[in-house]
Amino acid sequence: MKLVIGIVRPEKANDVLEALHRAEVRGVSLSRIQGHGGELDRVETYRGTRVKMGLADKVRFEVAVSEAFVEPTVQALCEGGRTGEVGDGKIFVVALERVVRIRTGETDDGAVTPSGA
Amino acid sequence: MVDTGDTAWMLAATALVLLMTPALGLFYAGLVREKNTLNTFMMCVAALAVATVMWALVGYSLAFDDGNGLVGGLDHALLQGVTLQPREGTTIPHLLFFAFQATFCIITVALVSGAVVERMRFVPFLAFAALWSVLVYAVLAHWAFGGGWLQERGTLDFAGGIPVEMGSGFSALAAALVVRARKDYGRQALLPHNAVYVLVGAGLLWFGWFGFNGGSGFGTGDAGVLAFVNTLLAPACTLVVWFALDLMRGRQVTAIGAATAIIVGCVAITPAGGFVAPGWAMALGALAALPCYAAIQWRPRTRLDETLDVLAAHGVAGLTGIVFLGFFAQKSWNGVADGLVYGNASQLGHQALAALAAPVYAFGMTLLLLKGIGLITPLRGSDRDEALGMDIVHHGEEAYASGEGAILMTTEAGESDKTRVVDPA
Repeated sequence: MKLVIGIVRPEKANDVLEALHRAEVRGVSLSRIQGHGGELDRVETYRGTRVKMGLADKVRFEVAVSEAFVEPTVQALCEGGRTGEVGDGKIFVVALERVVRIRTGETDDGAVTPSGA
Repeated sequence: MVDTGDTAWMLAATALVLLMTPALGLFYAGLVREKNTLNTFMMCVAALAVATVMWALVGYSLAFDDGNGLVGGLDHALLQGVTLQPREGTTIPHLLFFAFQATFCIITVALVSGAVVERMRFVPFLAFAALWSVLVYAVLAHWAFGGGWLQERGTLDFAGGIPVEMGSGFSALAAALVVRARKDYGRQALLPHNAVYVLVGAGLLWFGWFGFNGGSGFGTGDAGVLAFVNTLLAPACTLVVWFALDLMRGRQVTAIGAATAIIVGCVAITPAGGFVAPGWAMALGALAALPCYAAIQWRPRTRLDETLDVLAAHGVAGLTGIVFLGFFAQKSWNGVADGLVYGNASQLGHQALAALAAPVYAFGMTLLLLKGIGLITPLRGSDRDEALGMDIVHHGEEAYASGEGAILMTTEAGESDKTRVVDPA
């Protein structure tokens, strides 16, 4: 079991969701975050105040999957999230110790994305 | 003779109509996605700027100077001869008449922006707004109000069903076709980001519309009062019918539907305001809900990304009002002409002619104008710009800036020039 964390551009979030859906990955969490990577800063002006926006809005996907689905999930995140410009984000794959599905009490591979596969 | 009572009301009415443009900005801003809030609002602010200037330079003259049947002359260009003396045929100063009509030009230009929001670049839009206000609005205003061929033939249009409503609606159709759909249209759900803005905007538009219709009698006489009251009655009836249609279709009454219904009702009564009995105004408000509701259901199922449904809310409702007048205009109320129901069949012909000519001209001229501007500069930005949102790309501002991660740029820190930043579009 792995937890796949993908940080992508907010405007690509829908493309990623579509790609994950096509890869038959089910069970996704999504949060809106802010971060700083290598991208150029954006300047905004409010009356006399000029500011450099050091943090860019990003979307963080968290997908817990069985081993067989790690690669398809990573592929889907790349495919959906890539524009080719700096700021497309990163993917982290992290080992998972334990998973429990609250409703049924199923654990581990029985509780993560496409367990039935 | 200038009448002080009439002048007092027309001063207030002019201010009421001017308020409609920022109100429309709010209405439109609520209907778009968060990242395009400011750009959408700014298109309405742009209309306040360029349409007013163009109106003073040439627009007013082309609309309201004598000229010929198709277009007015240039004797009032640069406000020549627009003085404090009464405007011919009215009891208000010519200068005030000019200002009142200017507010109509402004709101109409702003209306068209609804077709191209979330993708059209801001600077080409400014050019479009300036030229459209003269080439389309001023010409149609001449036809309907300024002694042009439709008015000469006897077409009735109380407050702008021809130039404002059909003019904006069918121009919006052309603009949507030229600028083409947003990149995500039909792929993703593109939802209104703030329904409360939409309702507040609609409420303020209705408020302003009392000046729009109530002022189109150019005084406090019968026509103005009749139009004022009809502006209360018609939209209320549209709302009731819209609620019923919503209930039949989805068992729920929607808020954005209600805001739309207010606009549709106000639009439908615009051409008819001072010409039909209050009872017929109520019937018109109710009737207008039907074709507009159908158009708003149908349009998103097509590839036509006429984004904020200007055609359905203004074009179709305006056309309904213009044709309705052909049947139900009533001389005992308006002192001008009867419609078919009161024994004057020819009025229906005059109205039908306007319902044909105005859409064709607005559509054709807008198509040519935008194609022309498109030859000089791209009308829309890259897909990346569209993904980032128009606010950041074209204005360098966010509607809901949190300030998190914002680093103050000061010249003392020597940062302002050296910082590498994303190029603005």
